[in-house]
This record gives sequence, structure tokens and C-alpha cells, in this order.
Amino acid sequence: MSVKMLPMREALRAALREEMLRDERVFVMGEEVGVWQGTHRVTRGLLDEFGAKRVRDTPISEMAIAGVAVGAAMAGLRPVAEMMTINFAFLAIDAIINHAAKIHYMFDGMFRVPLVIRAASGWGDQATATHSHTAEPIFAHFPGLYVACPATPADGKGMLKTAIRNDNPVLFTESIGLYSKPGPVPDDEDFVLPVGKADIKREGRHCTIVTYARGLEWSLHAADELAKEGIECEVVDMRWLRPLDMATVFESFKKTNHCVVVEESLPFYSFGSEIAAQIQEHMFDYMDAPVKRVTAMDVPLPYARDIELMALPDTSKVVSAVKEVLHV
Amino acid sequence: MATPNKETLLDWYRQMYLIRQFETKCDELYRQKKITGVYLHLYSGHEAVGVGALATLGPTDHVITAYRDHGIALARGVDAKPIMAEMMGKKTGTSGGKGGSMHLASREHNFWGGYAIVGGHLPLAAGIALESRYNGKQDVVISFIGDGATNNGYFHEALNMSAIWDLPVIWIIENNLVGMGTRIEDSSGQVELHKRAVGYGIKDLERVDGQDVMAVYERVAEGVAHARTKGPVLIEAMTYRYKGHGVSDRSYDKRLEDELREWVQNRDPLKIHERYLLDKYKNITTEIKKIEREMDAVVEESVEFALTSPDPTYADLINNVYVE
Ligand SMILES: Cc1ncc(C[n+]2csc(CCOP(=O)(O)OP(=O)(O)O)c2C)c(N)n1
Repeated sequence: MSVKMLPMREALRAALREEMLRDERVFVMGEEVGVWQGTHRVTRGLLDEFGAKRVRDTPISEMAIAGVAVGAAMAGLRPVAEMMTINFAFLAIDAIINHAAKIHYMFDGMFRVPLVIRAASGWGDQATATHSHTAEPIFAHFPGLYVACPATPADGKGMLKTAIRNDNPVLFTESIGLYSKPGPVPDDEDFVLPVGKADIKREGRHCTIVTYARGLEWSLHAADELAKEGIECEVVDMRWLRPLDMATVFESFKKTNHCVVVEESLPFYSFGSEIAAQIQEHMFDYMDAPVKRVTAMDVPLPYARDIELMALPDTSKVVSAVKEVLHV
Repeated sequence: MATPNKETLLDWYRQMYLIRQFETKCDELYRQKKITGVYLHLYSGHEAVGVGALATLGPTDHVITAYRDHGIALARGVDAKPIMAEMMGKKTGTSGGKGGSMHLASREHNFWGGYAIVGGHLPLAAGIALESRYNGKQDVVISFIGDGATNNGYFHEALNMSAIWDLPVIWIIENNLVGMGTRIEDSSGQVELHKRAVGYGIKDLERVDGQDVMAVYERVAEGVAHARTKGPVLIEAMTYRYKGHGVSDRSYDKRLEDELREWVQNRDPLKIHERYLLDKYKNITTEIKKIEREMDAVVEESVEFALTSPDPTYADLINNVYVE
């Protein structure tokens, strides 16, 4: 197995391509996925290679993109449906939550919905209030759905392949801010990563930083800076919001007794809230300080660049939070 | 298209009679609190639509509908026992007691379910039809649609997508003139709902008398033939709801007593078909009576089965959230 440097979008494309070659039932559908070559260029070249039967351009019909994919999955195909961005998945939330996530349970196992819904997520470049959501925690609220949020190109490839091969519906989010970031990616066609397994991206003993997707970058940069001052952070990349690998978080916390949660999304009823709640429920005896959360601010995102950045998490906010929980 | 023979015509009567008795029994059981909850949407009055439409299908074809699904399940040949057990939330129900009356289904009958979100099953129908085309099969999908459901976005998106991909779907609107309490004149700018087909480039198979099982059968058969090789069709079957929107509200029936009486007396699907049989065949009364007694027994057995079935347990509560 060799390793290639690829940006996230190409790692994801490799996963799609390999799985389409491997399994005739896998097909891609969504707005601008074919002729246009994909809004984020993830599907570039797939129409030429696989044809219009398997790379299906759709109308601007989010409810039907998700709903048709659910029906096709129930009937035995393995659709990979693309929501241009997660902001537009709000129009499809009924099909995703009420149907994709519920059908297996509601009919007591009679049907399966082996479906992947890919959605670009996150803010950047003054996209403004309606186009800047990092909404994956909303979807992770509901049992019946898996939620995958890779942070590195290798994870992106391995997790997307896993998602496609899995028999459950998976919401697979791709951080817009990460599409162009390169990383080493195994070119093995059977490189798959387990569902719901977190990954320790850096080891340390003073403070656990729990994060996912784009938060990993700020967390690793913060850990580098803090290391210069002798503070060793352990960075846990959750990778999946559901299933949520709390066992890995607890193991780390037992060692560090301190925790900061870093996420690109909003603070209310959030990823950070869930991690903090579970730590206080299960790790009370190990706690040396309250869990601190670094999130976007609780406002709709504005257009003007300066105040947009003010509202968003970054490396310096992570550094301050770690110092705060450690009282240094 | 061959004219149905006597056996088939009697079988349609059998199915419609079974549905009517089953629903009447459900209503009674609800009042006795043996069926509980707040939702129970009876198919009484609609029988000819479901029975006539499904008579056109083969076993590998597909069926999907909304929450008014008891009659569709029966017309597709699902056994009354697990259907009744699902009404009572029993482990032996079609969905193990976890779906309830609005979520009946049977994989082996290619009956993909009842769905309780208005319009939510329409894209599923298109997706099931996509699988048929994708794998080069000839199978078609019948998707029933309430008149009220034609006004939410799912209708628009699903019908349009079925048109651009030439999907084999027979879209059948069961127009019973009302959604809950809102009349179609108050919910649709164009009250002839089949005309919407034109806007999507779907074959418009117009209105059909949904109380006449033979008329429904013929029109839907035409739709099936078109859908198998060409693409989607839209049919509007005119029908009537006899028992309110659901069992927990009958105020509408009181408000429109005269209209209801008119349909029950003069446009009842069972009476219309029975008259047709009596005109066509001499001395058929005994056969009809025999069928009725047999179906009465089927309903009674289903109640007995459901009442004596076990309840789901904690293990059922937590299983099948995910495919393990
Ligand atoms: C998305 C959604 N909105 C509202 C409801 C509540 N509701 C249930 S049935 C119904 C009326 C639907 O009428 P119609 O489609 O004509 O079907 P019918 O009941 O007449 O068979 C409404 C508004 C719902 N279940 N789903």
C-alpha cells in the first residue's frame, strides 16, 4: 500500500470512484454533480467515467433528492446523495430524519436504508447567515442516523468508503474549509475506517482537547503553541458525532483531568454540551476543573469580515481556553 | 385488456367487503379502547380505489401509500391478522407493534408502507421506481396520494423528478374532496387535480369514478401499461371518506351529513359492484352471501389473534435502531 498527498476533495473523490467501481449499486445523485463537475469538485470526472445512469444530475429539489435516495436504498441500491451544502439540507430534513433515520426501526427491521448523504458544511469567506451553518450536531440528535465528520483527507477517504459500505443511513459532512487542505492518503482500495471510532491525533498529559472536523486544525495548532510553554495537550478527533466514542474521551480524561471542547458550530444544545454533560455524569471523580467549550458565538453570522471572524473559533481562542482550565 | 372473469369480479367484491368489515371493526375496537392512541384513519368509502388499482399489478410490482393504509395492505393481500395486531401494538403486528396503524408494510408483498408525514412517501415511490429502471426491470410502482398532499412540496419535487427520469410510477390521487377539514376548493387553486400532470410533462389520465371498481381497474391498467415502458402517469380517482379524517374526530361528518348520506346511499362502491354482479350473473346471491360470511370470520379471527398476541418488550424497544 502506498501513500499519496491529496487534498480532501480528491481523497473523497477517490473513495467515491473506488466504491463505484467495486459495487454497481453505488451511484451519485445531486445538484450539479455531473455536467458541472460538482459544486465543490468532489465529483469531478465521475460523469465521464461512469455515465449519466450512475452520476445523476437532479433539479433543485432537496426533499426529493433525499427522499428518492431513501426509496432507492430501500429497494436495494446504494445511493450517495449530495446536498450542495448542509444549509440546503434543512429543506430535506424531513426526508432525512423522518424517513432515512426512522424506517428501519418503525417497520421493526423490515427495511434497510443503506444511504449516504454528503453535505458540505461550515462557514468561510463571508458566506453570511444563511450559508454558514455547521449543522451536523442537529442531525446527530436523532437515533437511526450515523453522522460522519472527517478532519483529514485520509479519514475522509476511509470514512466515506465505510459509510458507503454500511447498511445504515449516514450523514457525511465535509468541511468547506478543509476541501483544499492536503494530507497523506493510502491508495489501498480496502482502506476503510471503523464506524464510530475516535482517533487521538496528538498525545499529551495536561489537558484533553475534544474536537472534530475543522476544529482539529485549530486544536493541533494550539497544542503546538502550548507545548512551547510546557503544556502538553492530548487532541482527540471524534470523527463521528454518532456513534460518539466517549470511551476514548474518558480514557484520555482520566489521565489529564481537564478538558476543552473545540467545534466550528454553535454553543446551544451542541457537540460541546454533550461531551461536557457526559464527562460530568461519568467522570466526576476525575474532574479538576469545569469543561470549557470553544465554539462559534451565539449569533447569526454577519457579512462584514472583521465581525465575522470575531464570532468564530480560532487557534488563539483554544489556547486561552486551555490556559483557563489549567489556571495558568 | 381482457375483461375480468366472474371469479375475479367476485374476488374484488370479497376484498372490498373485507376492507369495509375490517374498518368497521377497527372503529368499534377503538371505541372499546382495545385499539388505542389518537390515530386511526379508516379506508371506508375508498375501497374501490385500492382494490381496482391493485388488481392491475403483478407480485413483483410495488405499492406505497400514506397513513390511510389498512385497506391498501388488505388489497395487496397482506393477512388481516398481523394488520390487526399492529393496530393493537402487538409484537405479532406487521411492524412488531412499533409502527402502528399508519405504518403498515409487508416486504414480501412489495408493499412499502404507509407513511404518516403528508407527502413524505412520494419521493420514496420515485426512488423505488428508480431501482426498477436502474436494474432494467419492468416493475412499476403505484403510489397513492391524498388530495391534500398535492399541496406540499414533496408532490411537486417527486412528480417532477419522476418525469425527467421517466420513472415507472402510477401516481393515483384519491380525491375524497377534503384533507382533514379543508375542502379542495380552499386548498387548491386548480381543483381538477389531474391537470397538474400537464405542468410536469406527465401523462394525464384524468378523473375516474373512484366508486366504480371496474372503472378504476380499467384506467389504472392503462396507466400501468404506459408506466412499464414509458414513464409516469397521473390519475385522479374521485372518492369519499365515510368515517371522518380519523377516529378521533367526527365533527366533519356531522357538518356535512347530507353529502355523506348522498355518497353512502347512491355512490357506495360495494353496492355499485354488487349491483353489477347481480345484473351480470344469475343466482349469484348465495355466492355473495357465502363470501361475506367468510370475510366476517376472517375479521373475527384477526381480532382474536391480535387480542391474544404478546406485547413487545424492552428488547424490542431498543432493537432495530440500526442495522447491526
Ligand atoms: C407534513 C404534514 N403536515 C401535516 C400533517 C397533518 N395531517 C395529517 S393528515 C392531513 C390531511 C391530509 O389530507 P389528504 O392528503 O387529502 O388525505 P386524506 O386524509 O384525505 O386521505 C394533515 C394535514 C402531516 N401528517 N404531515
